[in-house]
Amino acid sequence: MSDHSSAWQLVLDGDPALFAIVRLSLAVSLSSVALAALIGMPFGALLALTRFPLRSLLVVMFNAMMGLPPVVVGLAVYLLLSRSGPLGALGILFTPSAMVIAQTILIVPIIAALTRQTVEDLWVEYRDELTAMGVGPAARIMTLLWDARFSLLTALLAGFGRASAEVGAVMIVGGNIDGFTRTMTTAVALETSKGNLPLAMGLGLVLVAIVLAINAAAWGSRAWSERQAA
Amino acid sequence: MRAPTSDLPLLLKDVSLDAGDTPILRHLNLTITRGAPTLIVGPNGSGKTSLLRLCMGLARPSAGSITWGGRADSGPVRRAIVFQRPVMLRRSVAANVGYALAQAGVPRKARAERVANLLDRVGLADLAERPARRLSGGEQQRLALARALARSPEILLLDEPTANLDPAATRAVEDIVLTAAESGIKIVMASHDLGQVRRLAGDVIFLVRGALCERKLVVDFLDNPSTPEGFAFQRGDLVI
Repeated sequence: MSDHSSAWQLVLDGDPALFAIVRLSLAVSLSSVALAALIGMPFGALLALTRFPLRSLLVVMFNAMMGLPPVVVGLAVYLLLSRSGPLGALGILFTPSAMVIAQTILIVPIIAALTRQTVEDLWVEYRDELTAMGVGPAARIMTLLWDARFSLLTALLAGFGRASAEVGAVMIVGGNIDGFTRTMTTAVALETSKGNLPLAMGLGLVLVAIVLAINAAAWGSRAWSERQAA
Repeated sequence: MRAPTSDLPLLLKDVSLDAGDTPILRHLNLTITRGAPTLIVGPNGSGKTSLLRLCMGLARPSAGSITWGGRADSGPVRRAIVFQRPVMLRRSVAANVGYALAQAGVPRKARAERVANLLDRVGLADLAERPARRLSGGEQQRLALARALARSPEILLLDEPTANLDPAATRAVEDIVLTAAESGIKIVMASHDLGQVRRLAGDVIFLVRGALCERKLVVDFLDNPSTPEGFAFQRGDLVI
């Protein structure tokens, strides 16, 4: 039990190194979710409302990509951003930007696939009314995304869950550099392999607590706003 | 605002509609012009809803042609429809009407006042901020009417708007419909309620199994039905 108490001790003492790691982790995963939502939601809605050849293929691909192995995405982004890669000139490998790019790629399929399903279901319900009101294609997408907002929160949470839990991609493209690209998950992996179990456990506990808190906040705000507007 | 083209007269020429191999509507010839409400009457499955969807332009006939004010294939500009089970947008009552106004091209500045007017007209002013999906069935029908009226329609198509309502809610909806008719909007409404036909109709389109059985002024239809089905309906018998 001594491991537990020292893990809590680090948290309670407000260890600055620990809090820097927490801050970076949150910044990276939340930026990735925001970026992925900007790309994935309109794309998912578009996929839900349009019919074209190869659409089914695209739908299946996005569903499959929800399970994309993070290390593979990490490797792909690494190759893109490395000095000799096509985007090497940007010089952002081993920076938080690279980590955001990798995580965005991981989350876009989740948000797009869940958005597509949600919007498609809602469209079945709304089709006649919106057609009768003469709503154009762009306005349709906005309307459906807005009216599905409570369900889409679940898609965002799923994306956040994947981003905050993921080690492989951020490890490869971030490099786990102390004080710069070290996140909670990479730090837990490192400290565990170093045998520094109290710190690893402290970080693990903080990570779980944060994920819980964000989900609780999202749940609460959904319940509240549903009472207001749904 | 949109061009002041007219959707009247609404002309159906030898219109048939099939769902797969099943005929839904057969060889209908109808002219709908300005005037007192036209009620589409007939038993369930006689094709009332399908006819309204065709009139709205939501479905295309399998054969024959439909024109609105002489134009085929026109967008839903001067017409509006209230479905039997209208879908409430997941927004407030006022926002539902505001949305319909925006889609009808009403500029943002003019909307707030029009929303208030329309809600007043359907008696929902007190519920403006209520989530639309929390309304009762009768209130939802009235909100759907407000949304339809927001389009300033020439033709208002109604699909059994009082089918699931109690007498008080039915009265409220019928009052709105009559007021709309008096203001010059052509009402085309499906119903299978003899009393409602008496209260509202100017003329009657009587459909049986997808075919036009009778088209008459309401007095003629109720007093001198010329078909056995029409006779059974005006007597209050079950027409199947």
